[in-house]
Amino acid sequence: MDIVELTAMEMKENLEKKRISARDIVEAHIDRIEKVEEELNAFITISKEEALKSADRIDQKVRNGEKLGPLAGIPIGIKDNIVTKDIRTTCGSKMLENFVPPYESTVVEKIRKGDGIILGKTNMDEFAMGSSTETSYFGPTKNPIDSQRVPGGSSGGSAAAVKAREVAIALGSDTGGSIRQPASFCGVVGIKPTYGLVSRYGLVSLANTLDQIGVLGRNVIDATLMLKAIVGYDEKDSTSIDMELIDYIEVLSENIKGIKIGVPKEYMDLEMDKRVKEQVFKAIKTFEDIGAIVEDISLPQMEYGLATYYIVSTAEISSNMARFDGIRYGYRAENYETLDELYMNTRSEAFGEEVKRRIMVGTYSLSRDYSEQYYKKAVKVRTLIKEDFDKAFEKYDVILSPTSPNLPFKLGEKLDDPLAMYKTDLFTVPVNLAGICSISVPCGYVEGLPVGLQIIGNRFEESKILKVARAFEKHVSLGGENIGL
Amino acid sequence: MTNTKIFCSCTNEFGGEANTHCCPVCLGLPGALPVLNKSVLEYGIKAGIAFNSKIANRTKMDRKHYFYPDLVKGYQISQDDIPLCSGGYVEIELEEGTKKIGLTRIHIEEDTGKSIHTEEGDSLIDYNRAGVPLIEIVTEPDMNTPEEARLFLEKLRSTLKYIEVSDCKMEEGSLRCDININVVNTETGEKTNITELKNLNSFSGAVKAMEYEEKRHISLLEEGKNTQRETRRWDEVKSETIIMREKGEVGDYRYAVDGDILPIEIGDKWIEEIRDSLPELPHAKKQRFIEEYDIPEYDAGVLTQSKELADFYEETVKYTDDPKQVSNWIMGDVLRRINDEELQIEDLKFKPKDLAQLLELINQGKISNNIGKKVLRTMFETGDSPEKIVKDEGLIQISDEGELKKIIEKILSENEQSIIDYRNGKDRALGYLVGQVMKTTRGKANPQMVNQMIRDMIE
Amino acid sequence: MVSIDYIRYISEICKIKFTDDELEDFIQQFTGIIEYVDKLKEVNTEGVVPTYFVNSNTQPLREDVIRDGLSKEDVIRNAPEEEYGYFKLLNVMD
Repeated sequence: MDIVELTAMEMKENLEKKRISARDIVEAHIDRIEKVEEELNAFITISKEEALKSADRIDQKVRNGEKLGPLAGIPIGIKDNIVTKDIRTTCGSKMLENFVPPYESTVVEKIRKGDGIILGKTNMDEFAMGSSTETSYFGPTKNPIDSQRVPGGSSGGSAAAVKAREVAIALGSDTGGSIRQPASFCGVVGIKPTYGLVSRYGLVSLANTLDQIGVLGRNVIDATLMLKAIVGYDEKDSTSIDMELIDYIEVLSENIKGIKIGVPKEYMDLEMDKRVKEQVFKAIKTFEDIGAIVEDISLPQMEYGLATYYIVSTAEISSNMARFDGIRYGYRAENYETLDELYMNTRSEAFGEEVKRRIMVGTYSLSRDYSEQYYKKAVKVRTLIKEDFDKAFEKYDVILSPTSPNLPFKLGEKLDDPLAMYKTDLFTVPVNLAGICSISVPCGYVEGLPVGLQIIGNRFEESKILKVARAFEKHVSLGGENIGL
Repeated sequence: MTNTKIFCSCTNEFGGEANTHCCPVCLGLPGALPVLNKSVLEYGIKAGIAFNSKIANRTKMDRKHYFYPDLVKGYQISQDDIPLCSGGYVEIELEEGTKKIGLTRIHIEEDTGKSIHTEEGDSLIDYNRAGVPLIEIVTEPDMNTPEEARLFLEKLRSTLKYIEVSDCKMEEGSLRCDININVVNTETGEKTNITELKNLNSFSGAVKAMEYEEKRHISLLEEGKNTQRETRRWDEVKSETIIMREKGEVGDYRYAVDGDILPIEIGDKWIEEIRDSLPELPHAKKQRFIEEYDIPEYDAGVLTQSKELADFYEETVKYTDDPKQVSNWIMGDVLRRINDEELQIEDLKFKPKDLAQLLELINQGKISNNIGKKVLRTMFETGDSPEKIVKDEGLIQISDEGELKKIIEKILSENEQSIIDYRNGKDRALGYLVGQVMKTTRGKANPQMVNQMIRDMIE
Repeated sequence: MVSIDYIRYISEICKIKFTDDELEDFIQQFTGIIEYVDKLKEVNTEGVVPTYFVNSNTQPLREDVIRDGLSKEDVIRNAPEEEYGYFKLLNVMD
């Protein structure tokens, strides 16, 4: 069998049944990486030796008849802004080019305990700021479907690695769409969990009240398998939620007949590629065929989502980036004669343009002269956006929209126009502002390019969006691309 | 004085090899997140209760942004507009009566690392202190003389030590103060610009700095000039205040809510529990001493200035019948030696029981008062019990009439002139004769008996 | 149009350096962004409470128990320059 073509779930089952070994799995994926990685550039660091060691350890457990963890033998990619102990963690930036963390992030700890195998750290937009993985200090990642195009961002490396079969599942982070949009651009499944469901301890903070670690997989089942393994209260993350854990795998097979789906007219009225809109309307029809009830709804403040997001997130970014000063770790400028020069030179030499831009915008909107007008205003509009969702979810189970208004664009196409780049997150940012959950599933192809459908659920209602996504995936066969159908 | 730092579980212990009390959180490593120490909150609330402040039922932590190498995250987690405690006051005892010094607020925050500078021209930074919990207390401008400020600091320190929130050692940095000072001409209403005094290392330094500034401000006004708005420090060697260089831009701190720390809820029930757990505060203790031990207000004030001293006093009184006598001895000989040698009560080698025993020996007439003081000095040095010291050094008072008579007769026979003087009305001669007896017996004779016996014999 | 002086001031306080050319390009893009986010002015936020936290949970309090931290070697591991276990830099501090 061609191991890399198996789903993660199948790899695990075959391992448990002793049909293949963990080493077989890892070696197959390392071969695959060697074939495609040079062109693709989805990884910043590949941890071949550690992966083989982990594989051998798991094979020993199999031989001993020991119980295996939920991710046994699955080759996993970790976005490079999630700290991995003793494995270089760069956040896609020159600032942390040689940073080797002395501690482990909680999610990676869970993966290791669950017998998952970490193959490497995936490429990303620098410090997660971007929507195309083009701002990475280590060069852009290409879209596996069309190498002239971007894979989306900022978790572009993770999405591409999953699509290209370099790994079976990957972790990403989502602050304004950074998992969902690349999932949409690469034709894979991406989940952004409810804020607080997954521990942020070890995630290099971009915006503390918006960030969540999430999952990318080839199909809904694989992604759910990983999600289940990483959720849970962590005392090291005060913002994580202490609540009863749900077996998400079990709910996947539930029927969605009669489920109420809302389609926000403000979303569908926003500027987007007509072909994307067409695919999404087709998807909506599919849901009606499955037996769901689809209705138009209104989310009146949605048009202010992007502006609100940019002020709130850049304010938090400017604060979180202040610790990068070249004193305790990371890049330090060689030439400085005053303290000011140390800071100025270090930060200006090691941060890319987009990072500098966002730090400046954030500092501006928090500065004494403007905080009232920008930051304090934006946090109030955030309340209104959150309330729009709260109201909608009183009547509806899930909300649908396109994941991105664009098809994957060409490399270099939007680099000169930051605002145009930001607008590719139009549909995803309100979800982070409200702190609710969302999944992107492939819903069709336009001239060979994938379109993603976003299914949004109320906070802590992952079960609903997962089963809706699964039902959709089962129903729509996309030329064999969506395995697990 | 908590066990751990404010946002992580690293030890709060002073000292230690550089960079050995650190973790990802207090080092500000990327991805690390703060978790609030319950005790820090509790201690802040204790301080608020002790100073009669209002405790917030809901508060939050904010980020104060500035760049400095000892500040690991490029921001300090502190509190901006919703402090843990607001209002309150500290009472100080002036000659005219009690004065209330108002407090504006009390809040909690984290400390920074420390740097040292080498001769080669490098800075070396140690982050052991990064993340150590601090409470900041801000006063209303209610103090009108350096003396009032000093009394305020004394009261503040003793209260905080009483409730075991801090050991308040300025030399170790566990108590720091910044002082804003200016003067007002009460006739013309002219005010000087405020001077900020920082980097004060001791109480005495702070007081001297204030006195110096007061004079400086006044003399400038008298010359028709004014002070600059600036920051100064006290130079102990030169005995003057010196302008400090501005430490980087102190402009816009861009205070913003810290998104990693959720709103902090403090229920009234918890506040009451903490209130009940507080030990008796200095003021209440002083009143109780006055009533329970029937000692004057002055005595009670001195004895309650520190919890350790008050406890020592009470423990001693348990074994005696005369609280006033104990008070006299403690306020006198004991405190004098403690202050001279800058000792702490904890350092004393003898126990309250020992002091009680000493007083008992005196009251029983076994030794005289003066011998008692001598014994006390030895107790300070060796920690031996008074009984042992008296025995070892053979200090038992001579109260045997027969023995005394022999000695007195000898002295009288050698000092005929004094006898004549006394009979001629010179009372001082009696004192001289008693003194000679005391000298011969090296202080061991019972002075009252000697006095009486000599009078009986020569009158 | 955003004031150049204010932008220079902002770059001072967040410690980011721009050459004069870079500054010109930057100001253009920056102005575009600010103009876009300015549309928030249209929203009526009278009486609206700001959202800083999306969930309703409150801060958990940690017990005051000492736990092992990092070894000195781990603390210093990524230091650009170190000496005797301290982080080292040229003496540019006051």
